[in-house]
Amino acid sequence: MGSLSERAAFLGLRIITYFVVLVVGYILFDIIKNGIGVLSWSFLTTYPNPDGTGGIFPAIVGTFYLVLGTILVALPLGMASAVYLTEYAKQGFLNNQIRLAIVTLAGVPSIVFGLFGLGLFVLFLNFGTSILAGSLTLACMILPTIIVSSEEALRAVPQTLREASLALGATKWETIRKSVLPYAIPGMMTGSILGVGRAAGETAPILLTVAAFFLPQLPGSVFDQVMALPYHLYVLAMQFPNAETVRPTQYGTALVLLLLVLGLNIGAIVLRAHFRKRNRW
Amino acid sequence: MVISMPAAFSLEKDTKPVDLKPKVEVRNLNFYYGQTQALFGINITVPENQVTALIGPSGCGKSTFLRTLNRMNDIIDGTRLEGSITIDGQDIYRSGTDVVTLRKRVGMVFQKSNPFPKSIFENVAYGPRLHGIRDKAVLAELIEQSLIRAGLWEEVKDRLLRSALDLSGGQQQRLCIARALAVDPEILLMDEPASALDPRATARIEDLISELRDEYTIVIVTHNMQQAARVSDFTAFFMEGKLVESDVTEKMFTNPKEKQTEDYITGRFG
Repeated sequence: MGSLSERAAFLGLRIITYFVVLVVGYILFDIIKNGIGVLSWSFLTTYPNPDGTGGIFPAIVGTFYLVLGTILVALPLGMASAVYLTEYAKQGFLNNQIRLAIVTLAGVPSIVFGLFGLGLFVLFLNFGTSILAGSLTLACMILPTIIVSSEEALRAVPQTLREASLALGATKWETIRKSVLPYAIPGMMTGSILGVGRAAGETAPILLTVAAFFLPQLPGSVFDQVMALPYHLYVLAMQFPNAETVRPTQYGTALVLLLLVLGLNIGAIVLRAHFRKRNRW
Repeated sequence: MVISMPAAFSLEKDTKPVDLKPKVEVRNLNFYYGQTQALFGINITVPENQVTALIGPSGCGKSTFLRTLNRMNDIIDGTRLEGSITIDGQDIYRSGTDVVTLRKRVGMVFQKSNPFPKSIFENVAYGPRLHGIRDKAVLAELIEQSLIRAGLWEEVKDRLLRSALDLSGGQQQRLCIARALAVDPEILLMDEPASALDPRATARIEDLISELRDEYTIVIVTHNMQQAARVSDFTAFFMEGKLVESDVTEKMFTNPKEKQTEDYITGRFG
């Protein structure tokens, strides 16, 4: 055992850690305790009422579409950028600047992405407040996460595999396609799912680009507005701050959103564990 | 200081006279990693269907030199080369040289065995598939022949579809040799192929090298003096990026011309 001051420091760190866990635990407990009773098949599959009660079906569908759109845009773009940056681009000043820009982008507040999306996609490109504009905005927001985690996954593939492939007369692209990507994709997916989980829970980027306040119908095309879980939660809290009638719906919506994001993250962890076992070199 | 071999000459070996044809000719080779020069004015001729060993202390440039022969150094940013390397009289650094074709002709086995995390079959099939062989029967035959030549067939013929990573270290290295042989190279470069193996696995690799020498021109980097003496016909001694001496292995080990070579071989340093 170390000196007294060392023990005191460890104790302090331990208390802080417990405190953090306690806060998260309390929030979870509160949401689950109050939300679990609301969860029912009809809550998940019916439309909301104008007074804030009722089901959340359109919000679930809206979030699903937004997540899907975000994946379709961000995944190919992020993976391609990562492949270019790690495998092709000359390592040097320009590359470092690009990396710095990406990392900085990852730290930009989500409301800034929302405003950017409003300016570029909704107004300038005239997509209107729509699934398309919202998905593109969310994609911009999580692109840095996907690029950074994809780069890490690519760098984790041993250089010796690339050399083995090149030495057999493979071109660079053949090597990437056959001996790098197959082993990097699980890691890329893991990082991407975590990014998508974040996109699913964000309110600010969709606030100005896609989300409908109250829209008890499903979208017909990518140019339609949709409701979304985080925004629905925001509206329920802001529009009916004291209405006890809405309280259960708030908890229920929060719980569904929590389960969705938790599910995505657990999926990512399971995927990573699975492929860690497979890729041993 | 720089000793180059005559283009063709005869020598007494195993009491049989052997005619040697030059396969690789290296002239005034300088090599740089960025600003750092790694090889200085290398001149050497590698004879066809012989085993040439490159020896020397760590960091002497022997691996760098080996990797210039199949242009593997190209993949490192900021490397530069001066001088010429010809294989069968063709300059492999001439602009317009197809590196893919070159690497097909010049196979390589690495220090650390690096099988793909695929099945044994897929590992050996990797090269042939790249070069357009699709026919299942042709592939199967090619893979069998390659594994036989690498001395691995008997051990793996019943489990070709099992992961290559389940093989022992020595088996993995022989698999890498089979994989290199499957694209039918003319030259085989080996970068300390046995340095990570136990003595028995090492002996198997050395036996294999002796068996392959009739069909392939082999250049092997080794740290192990006894290994160089056992497997090679010619030996080149590198130090500090320079080729100190190259000669018939027997002569190098019994009667080296240079004092540095003698010191190194007798273990006075390095």
